Amino acid sequence: MSEERQIQLEVLRYNPETDLEPRFQTYSVPCVNEWVVLDALNYVKENLDPTLSYRWSCHMAVCGSCGYMINGEPKLGCKAFIHEYGDHIRVEPLAHFPIERDLVTVVEDFITKFSSVKPYLIPKEDKPISAGEFKQTPAQLMKFKQYTLCINCMLCYAACPQYGLVPEFLGPAAISMAHRYNQDSRDGGRDQRQEVIASHEGVWECSFVGACSEVCPKHVDPAGALQQVKVASTIDWYKEHLMPWSKK
Amino acid sequence: MSSKPYIREIPKSSWFFRQPRYMRYMAREVTSFFIGAFTLLLVVGLKRLAQGPDAFQSFLDALRGPLGVLFCLVALVAAIYHSTSWFNVTPQAMPIQRGEEFVPGKLIVGAHYAIWAVVSLIVLIMGI
Ligand code: FES
Repeated sequence: MSEERQIQLEVLRYNPETDLEPRFQTYSVPCVNEWVVLDALNYVKENLDPTLSYRWSCHMAVCGSCGYMINGEPKLGCKAFIHEYGDHIRVEPLAHFPIERDLVTVVEDFITKFSSVKPYLIPKEDKPISAGEFKQTPAQLMKFKQYTLCINCMLCYAACPQYGLVPEFLGPAAISMAHRYNQDSRDGGRDQRQEVIASHEGVWECSFVGACSEVCPKHVDPAGALQQVKVASTIDWYKEHLMPWSKK
Repeated sequence: MSSKPYIREIPKSSWFFRQPRYMRYMAREVTSFFIGAFTLLLVVGLKRLAQGPDAFQSFLDALRGPLGVLFCLVALVAAIYHSTSWFNVTPQAMPIQRGEEFVPGKLIVGAHYAIWAVVSLIVLIMGI
């Protein structure tokens, strides 16, 4: 039998039509230990307060929409097990993003930045479909595979103090995704992406706090990707300035 | 889309108290100050050396005083913390791929410690 526990779920509420600022509301939720925090929120929505707003979809750590601050830590609501917490759980919207309503944040900034790094394959040369697929060896795939696991949950942005302090910063997920395509043997778009990610608001705003990698639910290690971009960009700079004759 | 999203301000000068991992980061950054200070001290020592044996001797005496020893100890601890915190993240910045697999991070970190030990040993031997 599953053990049931009464949890005090403290949720940050904000209604843009009536509230001047957010406030906490506490719900008493009978939780089963196998539940995740998202289940507790769903319980509130279905049984206690239908006005509670929050995003979720897959309930299996794939869609990336259920990121919240849980006891101050950026977490996926569907991956944060109740048994890992005490009887009091505090849920807030992801830090560093404006609050739209309750746990729903405004994510346009992230989407704009993410799109700006051209997160798609830009083939080196055009090839007719009849010429067949672009082949890749397992070793070439391994070079970037971990970065393909990103689910755009934005936990890394909520963890990154630099993004909180300097909102222009392109941020961990966007730069990691650029790195993912730059590392892809089929891709030829690095120069286009470098213009965006090697800029001041790009990778050089990162001071390697490493918080992004610690909270990443998919072990993408964005912090590692960013440092590798720094190394590669520095080599570019030296090549350009000390060896102008060499082609990148 | 709401017309007035709520923006939470970040405390500009105390944000790093919010989480232990931010404190660890700050510790790494702040300890670099002591490395800088110790380097300056070496430069001062060089200058004293250029001024002659008496000046250099008084510099050495000052270093052997309680304040000098205390500073060197603090700087040593800070330097060790700073260096090891960087060593430990090197596999993230410099992954090495051999075939399909990546060289285990522990090996890359270990290599840094090993080189550090060897260089320290050489410096010590030369100092004696
Ligand atoms: S609901 Fe999809 S990641 Fe949590």
